[in-house]
Amino acid sequence: MVGGLYALFACGLSLMFGVMKVVNLAHGDLAVIGGYVAVGVITVTHIPVLWSFVIVVPLMAVLGYVLQRTVIQAALDRSILTTLLVTFGLSVVIENGLLQFFSANSHSLGVNDAIITSSFSIGSQISIAYLLLLIFVVAVVVLLGLQYFLSRSRYGRLIRAVADDQEAAQLSGIDYRHVFGIAAAIAFGTVALAGIAYGMYSQFAPTTGTDTILLFAFAAVVIGGLGSLWGTLLGGVILGVSQAIGAQISGSDEFLAGYIVFLAVLVLRPQGLIARRSTS
Amino acid sequence: MSEPPREPKGAAPSGLTSDEGARREDGASRAPGGERDKQSEREDRAPILEVRDLTVHHGQLRALDRISLRVFPGEVYAIIGANGAGKSTLLRTIAGLHHPTEGSIRYDGQDVTKVRPERRATSGIGMVPEGRRLFGSLTVEENLQVGATYARKGPWTIERVYELFAWMKDRRAQRTEQLSGGEQQAVAIGRALVANPRVLLLDELSLGLAPVVVQRIYGMLPQILASGLTVLLVEQDVSQALRVASHLQCLLEGRTTLEGKPSDVTAEQVEAAYFGLRPAAAEQASEEALWSGSTTSSRGSWSAACTRCSPAGSR
Repeated sequence: MVGGLYALFACGLSLMFGVMKVVNLAHGDLAVIGGYVAVGVITVTHIPVLWSFVIVVPLMAVLGYVLQRTVIQAALDRSILTTLLVTFGLSVVIENGLLQFFSANSHSLGVNDAIITSSFSIGSQISIAYLLLLIFVVAVVVLLGLQYFLSRSRYGRLIRAVADDQEAAQLSGIDYRHVFGIAAAIAFGTVALAGIAYGMYSQFAPTTGTDTILLFAFAAVVIGGLGSLWGTLLGGVILGVSQAIGAQISGSDEFLAGYIVFLAVLVLRPQGLIARRSTS
Repeated sequence: MSEPPREPKGAAPSGLTSDEGARREDGASRAPGGERDKQSEREDRAPILEVRDLTVHHGQLRALDRISLRVFPGEVYAIIGANGAGKSTLLRTIAGLHHPTEGSIRYDGQDVTKVRPERRATSGIGMVPEGRRLFGSLTVEENLQVGATYARKGPWTIERVYELFAWMKDRRAQRTEQLSGGEQQAVAIGRALVANPRVLLLDELSLGLAPVVVQRIYGMLPQILASGLTVLLVEQDVSQALRVASHLQCLLEGRTTLEGKPSDVTAEQVEAAYFGLRPAAAEQASEEALWSGSTTSSRGSWSAACTRCSPAGSR
């Protein structure tokens, strides 16, 4: 069930790679920013934790558009590799900025709703928290929405066109930088949602972004297959399940199990479980 | 902005300042097929596209060397030349995909040399790029929809493209990467048309296509022209270019070697310009005729400017 959370983290990463070939190393830190923004929004407005996304997601989307149009686009204009350096730099800046302003103390977004915090069990071994179920449902809804947006809407069409061929898109009068901005806004919006979900499920500190979130998101994307939204969900679920099984064996094997599956997929099916058709 | 506009011969200067819509009507009505034959009348109007002393570098290589051309409304302006002559570079620079090191491009009286490619596209410079360059993961209809997203007002719609290419409507839900080369070329033309360009740049339509398919695609040109478009095309297939062109320019290693009306140039001249041979050598070469000399007779005089028929050009 944690898989939903991982998928939520991973879909923005997958989108940014699929459309602009940017491997966003700051992705995890952006999720953490989302969490901190939510903490801030909640203390200021006293809005219920569950509804904080109404403010946080649009804020992060705007940040995504601005960052893409300025820093990331400037890196893209130089070379794809530069984007790696730039997003890595962003990651460092974000992490240390958060340490500076919020200290290394960890935060969480506590939900005091009994229905959300309780859990139900299937059989004797498996128990599922309602919160995780909710996150999973949200992840599925987000992926469905994203899928629908990309395949049906005008902007979705433009995003796919630009991902296929930037130059040809320009010849059709499309400013690909604007389309990139929109794709980044969507990616940042989903990662903010993931950050909030993570804050409710667990707790985050400034370093959580690269230490855990980014790695899990990468693992989910690689297991599922780059550029495939449903592969991302599948990858997230597989990662989550293998971690849960690992934890059953021994508490310290939790992450190990996840990475063993990750490596196994890399060896046996490097293109991911649901491979996107190859584009040349 | 830096250079003053060249004085258009006899054309009303007001034409440059009036709004685009009016200009469009203007260009279309003043360019019926019959009028294209006379050079003087060609020069009467303001050029819709004017390239002056364009120099483009690919790294160290000088791909274009001070190329100039003027395209008038309603024309089919053909640029021919061998591989590597700089034809595609010229078109891509006009579309804005390359930055010239020197020279200027004026479209509709405005200097567009520094304008971004997508702005040029929306202001009416459409292009069918070399190798089709369709959005492969999108369907036929989606490709056309993308082309129409920022379309100007005009006669072309997706429906009208379906009328032009009858097969297309039935297969509109198919992904374009599954289509044959000729079909893809048709979709690429349709994608450019639905944006309602005033000038259509066609880059090597014949590339990688069977001769029959090439003829069929060029057969569509009159219907496209009838909607009031101006066409600037680049072609390696000389006979095909001569068949459709109303004005001809030959490039060799980034320089203009021949310019004129197809009816005014001889096969020998074209050959000499195409391969960079001297006129004497060209006559000899015509025996082994790489080009099918069916289109032109040698009735014209050397009205064409043969600026570079020296041995230096024949490397």
